[in-house]
Amino acid sequence: MPAVSKGDGMRGLAVFISDIRNCKSKEAEIKRINKELANIRSKFKGDKALDGYSKKKYVCKLLFIFLLGHDIDFGHMEAVNLLSSNKYTEKQIGYLFISVLVNSNSELIRLINNAIKNDLASRNPTFMCLALHCIANVGSREMGEAFAADIPRILVAGDSMDSVKQSAALCLLRLYKASPDLVPMGEWTARVVHLLNDQHMGVVTAAVSLITCLCKKNPDDFKTCISLAVSRLSRIVSSASTDLQDYTYYFVPAPWLSVKLLRLLQCYPPPEDAAVKGRLVECLETVLNKAQEPPKSKKVQHSNAKNAILFETISLIIHYDSEPNLLVRACNQLGQFLQHRETNLRYLALESMCTLASSEFSHEAVKTHIDTVINALKTERDVSVRQRAADLLYAMCDRSNAKQIVSEMLRYLETADYAIREEIVLKVAILAEKYAVDYSWYVDTILNLIRIAGDYVSEEVWYRVLQIVTNRDDVQGYAAKTVFEALQAPACHENMVKVGGYILGEFGNLIAGDPRSSPPVQFSLLHSKFHLCSVATRALLLSTYIKFINLFPETKATIQGVLRAGSQLRNADVELQQRAVEYLTLSSVASTDVLATVLEEMPPFPERESSILAKLKRKKGPGAGSALDDGRRDPSSNDINGGMEPTPSTVSTPSPSADLLGLRAAPPPAAPPASAGAGNLLVDVFDGPAAQPSLGPTPEEAFLSELEPPAPESPMALLADPAPAADPGPEDIGPPIPEADELLNKFVCKNNGVLFENQLLQIGVKSEFRQNLGRMYLFYGNKTSVQFQNFSPTVVHPGDLQTQLAVQTKRVAAQVDGGAQVQQVLNIECLRDFLTPPLLSVRFRYGGAPQALTLKLPVTINKFFQPTEMAAQDFFQRWKQLSLPQQEAQKIFKANHPMDAEVTKAKLLGFGSALLDNVDPNPENFVGAGIIQTKALQVGCLLRLEPNAQAQMYRLTLRTSKEPVSRHLCELLAQQF
Amino acid sequence: MIGGLFIYNHKGEVLISRVYRDDIGRNAVDAFRVNVIHARQQVRSPVTNIARTSFFHVKRSNIWLAAVTKQNVNAAMVFEFLYKMCDVMAAYFGKISEENIKNNFVLIYELLDEILDFGYPQNSETGALKTFITQQGIKSQHQTKEEQSQITSQVTGQIGWRREGIKYRRNELFLDVLESVNLLMSPQGQVLSAHVSGRVVMKSYLSGMPECKFGMNDKIVIEKQGKGIADETSKSGKQSIAIDDCTFHQCVRLSKFDSERSISFIPPDGEFELMRYRTTKDIILPFRVIPLVREVGRTKLEVKVVIKSNFKPSLLAQKIEVRIPTPLNTSGVQVICMKGKAKYKASENAIVWKIKRMAGMKESQISAEIELLPTNDKKKWARPPISMNFEVPFAPSGLKVRYLKVFEPKLNYSDHDVIKWVRYIGRSGIYETRC
Repeated sequence: MPAVSKGDGMRGLAVFISDIRNCKSKEAEIKRINKELANIRSKFKGDKALDGYSKKKYVCKLLFIFLLGHDIDFGHMEAVNLLSSNKYTEKQIGYLFISVLVNSNSELIRLINNAIKNDLASRNPTFMCLALHCIANVGSREMGEAFAADIPRILVAGDSMDSVKQSAALCLLRLYKASPDLVPMGEWTARVVHLLNDQHMGVVTAAVSLITCLCKKNPDDFKTCISLAVSRLSRIVSSASTDLQDYTYYFVPAPWLSVKLLRLLQCYPPPEDAAVKGRLVECLETVLNKAQEPPKSKKVQHSNAKNAILFETISLIIHYDSEPNLLVRACNQLGQFLQHRETNLRYLALESMCTLASSEFSHEAVKTHIDTVINALKTERDVSVRQRAADLLYAMCDRSNAKQIVSEMLRYLETADYAIREEIVLKVAILAEKYAVDYSWYVDTILNLIRIAGDYVSEEVWYRVLQIVTNRDDVQGYAAKTVFEALQAPACHENMVKVGGYILGEFGNLIAGDPRSSPPVQFSLLHSKFHLCSVATRALLLSTYIKFINLFPETKATIQGVLRAGSQLRNADVELQQRAVEYLTLSSVASTDVLATVLEEMPPFPERESSILAKLKRKKGPGAGSALDDGRRDPSSNDINGGMEPTPSTVSTPSPSADLLGLRAAPPPAAPPASAGAGNLLVDVFDGPAAQPSLGPTPEEAFLSELEPPAPESPMALLADPAPAADPGPEDIGPPIPEADELLNKFVCKNNGVLFENQLLQIGVKSEFRQNLGRMYLFYGNKTSVQFQNFSPTVVHPGDLQTQLAVQTKRVAAQVDGGAQVQQVLNIECLRDFLTPPLLSVRFRYGGAPQALTLKLPVTINKFFQPTEMAAQDFFQRWKQLSLPQQEAQKIFKANHPMDAEVTKAKLLGFGSALLDNVDPNPENFVGAGIIQTKALQVGCLLRLEPNAQAQMYRLTLRTSKEPVSRHLCELLAQQF
Repeated sequence: MIGGLFIYNHKGEVLISRVYRDDIGRNAVDAFRVNVIHARQQVRSPVTNIARTSFFHVKRSNIWLAAVTKQNVNAAMVFEFLYKMCDVMAAYFGKISEENIKNNFVLIYELLDEILDFGYPQNSETGALKTFITQQGIKSQHQTKEEQSQITSQVTGQIGWRREGIKYRRNELFLDVLESVNLLMSPQGQVLSAHVSGRVVMKSYLSGMPECKFGMNDKIVIEKQGKGIADETSKSGKQSIAIDDCTFHQCVRLSKFDSERSISFIPPDGEFELMRYRTTKDIILPFRVIPLVREVGRTKLEVKVVIKSNFKPSLLAQKIEVRIPTPLNTSGVQVICMKGKAKYKASENAIVWKIKRMAGMKESQISAEIELLPTNDKKKWARPPISMNFEVPFAPSGLKVRYLKVFEPKLNYSDHDVIKWVRYIGRSGIYETRC
């Protein structure tokens, strides 16, 4: 307490504090405090009036006790009394106590506000400042409500003192930050801008802070500040260090103000006015020039102040990104800092260079520092600096230096800090892929990566290498050879085994010619790793083995032996056991041809955004990976980037599929409407039942399909992208998707099942029908992890269906959370016979992109069938009654499915009719009868199905009382067999 | 086992640091200081676990003794050792204070080497230690071989706590029964919890290797004997007491206690604690406190407390002190009492009423007016209990020493020649009444 020695000092307080400091133990301290509190309480009891001095003293003591960590529950009133004192010290202590101790919901707040109001209204600048400081320190909503209107008035009033203006600006800033809605915008805003012209530098500094904060919300209101800021900045920058006297800090004129002005300018694009712009550029150049001058002082404060301005200038230059000359100069300046002995400067230089690297003007300039940066990566002692160096290398990488950078990063990886290893691995993987000219180099790099930092190589990285190797047949042989060599190391990482297993299984034949890597050698090499691996890897290896059987028939016996071993066949892990059993059976049952078909080489993977890049973005947060992805407008990178895109000659999939996928990745407005017929062209063996007819979906598929994290496209997974040209009216729906009919057919004979599925959405159906009424439950499942917005499924009746079928739908929630399912209930009433099914239109927004989908609702006329049992003669009697030619519909068609009597029977029952035995003289034939129930009328229906096993043909005859119904039913049913 | 032992002063500076095992590093010293001595919240638990290391501490005035271990030790053993350590230090240089410890630090290290070996407690009997650890330093040239071997045989022998060849002209022994009564009573006078913890401390000046036998009115023993003589049980039935649990000095033959429940031993020379016990039944509460608190408005409180002594009128209680807590916003107190002196102590937030002496079956009263300062705190005063301190010349548990027989077969003095003194002191432990 320096004030104590003065005459004005409070002796009692000084004694008390020294007593506390001399206490030997905590207990003694508490005792002393209790004693003092009791003393103050007895003084505050109110019997005798206290003079201002003792009040101040005791309030000070209370404050001290509070700051020591004890609760204070009295004395507030005395503090508020101090506010109305005329002595500065008393007022000051009162305000101090209040800003420290009074909470906003206190009853005293009105008294306090009143006192503050009085002080604000007084003409005494000191008191006004005290009041403003108190408002800013408390900064509560109540304070804001009470004073938000007054402060701008004080701020712009012509007769306010400079110091008051300064306090008012800062107080307003604080209130604005605490509750922006309270600060009224108005005509004062224009006048605040003119404070930038104020004589007093303190006012200008405070005003810049306020304007920077305000203009973030309403940039247009404060646009005029640009020219003012520029002129102010130029005046400071060009001033001699002695001009600004009080505001010169170690020979640097007004460093804080300069930095703030430069920050303010970063809120706006480059000034349009040429004069202003010229002046600004001149300023920036001056700053850059000054950086070259020898320092005026050796003190660290001098260089700190200077560098602060310089870095802020460089950020402004980067922000404008339009002055090639300045960008290059900035880059050179940063280059000097890269070798500075101050670690903080090196860090900042690396960080700023990262942003510079993404600018087209300075990219080349940044590249010249590559050696320094690489050196920094190797020699820096601080891990955060090394991390920045790695970031910068990543940002400055392009085709010309990719090999060097990747190899340096790989080398660094061996000694890298654990915290940043995974990130570096991802970066290396991306760079290697992105700038690979020669894919053998890419394969080498990734394998090296796995060797060096196997634990940090995420799934995505090795999935990606497999995808690329599968898609590029020029590199397959090399890849097989390299992994084979890599696997020969006595200890290799499990990820290496995975990659090796997959590649050898696919392309092992390419190196089988060499006796050193003959099939048995390959197999024994892989199998030697088998027992050391985790279940997932072992499962993959089992798939490799079965592929070996196909590739190298000579290994069949050995491999079967392995599969047959108890450790596989009776493995505790279900996955391994199932694979072993199925592969063993497959290898022994299936013929070579079948094997060759089933175990065909994997087809190329569809192209999409590299999953690694997505992972890096996720890891670094949005925008971090942008230096490479969107920041650079490098036309040459496109073909390399697209180098992944299969050229028609190398890829068996027809190109429309690639187009189609491109379409999906692109934002909707850019989508070319090329999709209509392309969907069925997209053949994916994973889901094609033809590929493995005997096995059904084996775990292999499931496992291999994991290679593509965003689920493989099934042939049906075609999303009808909303054509941008289409009218976005809510009632207007697109045509049903091409497979809608096919989907519908699945439901002719059954009521429950999955109606539709793609990678976003699954629609399940459950329905029941009785007489002419039906109820259908639709289940919409969100397969993604992202919420669907504006989710709205609607049922539409095309044509005159409205009069034939009544469908009531219940609304569903507009949001479907990721992974969630919503249910919609449809009540259906059949009014008349109808031919076309109603349409179901599903619209929603997925990740901001609108999605729409139109399907046929599985409601067909046969759903309202009522089975009727009748005797043989009744049947023939009715059959004869319906003998008019238009009442009969007949179709002779080839069987699409194996002719199985039981299956046929089940289908007919599912269709809805009753099956009549002993009616037809030929027991092979099926005869059925039923009545279609509608609200308006009933339609009797008789049917006869005559299978011909030899010719694999059916003859289907239907007789109903209504001609269109006969034909329609006949068509519906014919497709089922 | 104990990994290390540290002694700190009140500031947390290390006075003594002795590490016995490698698993305790130097940083353990700081860990205890930071987390216990300088902890923001006062640490109440005597055992603190910091980073898989256990710290057991006891505090003697301003001095902290902390035993440190990384193993799962018996905490009771560690505390027993720490208390013993305090006793040993007190026996060597009196009061345990920072200055005494600083002055005797060579001695303390020497003691620590002797009583703790690789973390295992060793012989900590002061009498035995004093034979070979002396404050003057051992002058080995003056010590004969015989003496040395005698020390060795004693320390390693069966009776490590007593050396042979002790001779007194007057065979004398003092027996103190020290008890502390703990009580928590409701405002209505209902006993919520009460127990007595007592110690029997013996100071013996006996020649040779005397065999002693101690008898008291333990219920089990009395009943056992009473089986033979029926009418004596009816007489002494009321006077026997039920002991909940007891622990003995190492000299007591536990096997004999287990089988016959007789306490026989060869006492160490000088003062030692023969046994410790605890009773919870039929406790004589020496004082009754009747509180009366009335809140008169927001700014005034009236308190009236009556104490009644509840023992034989011929006995005198001493050092009576009643502590009446006052609210935290007390701004002034007026006290009127008929007997003794009463004062409001602001530093302790309490009215302290002291009475020097008070006979049994008497009553005394204090009344106080407390003025309060209105606060903006809505918290109600928690009304802590009124506590009391006193000393009475009887054992509140009802324990009586029936006999202490001394046999020394080798030297010819008999039980009758020994002069015996018995004293009972009952003190208050935590003796509280809610108000």
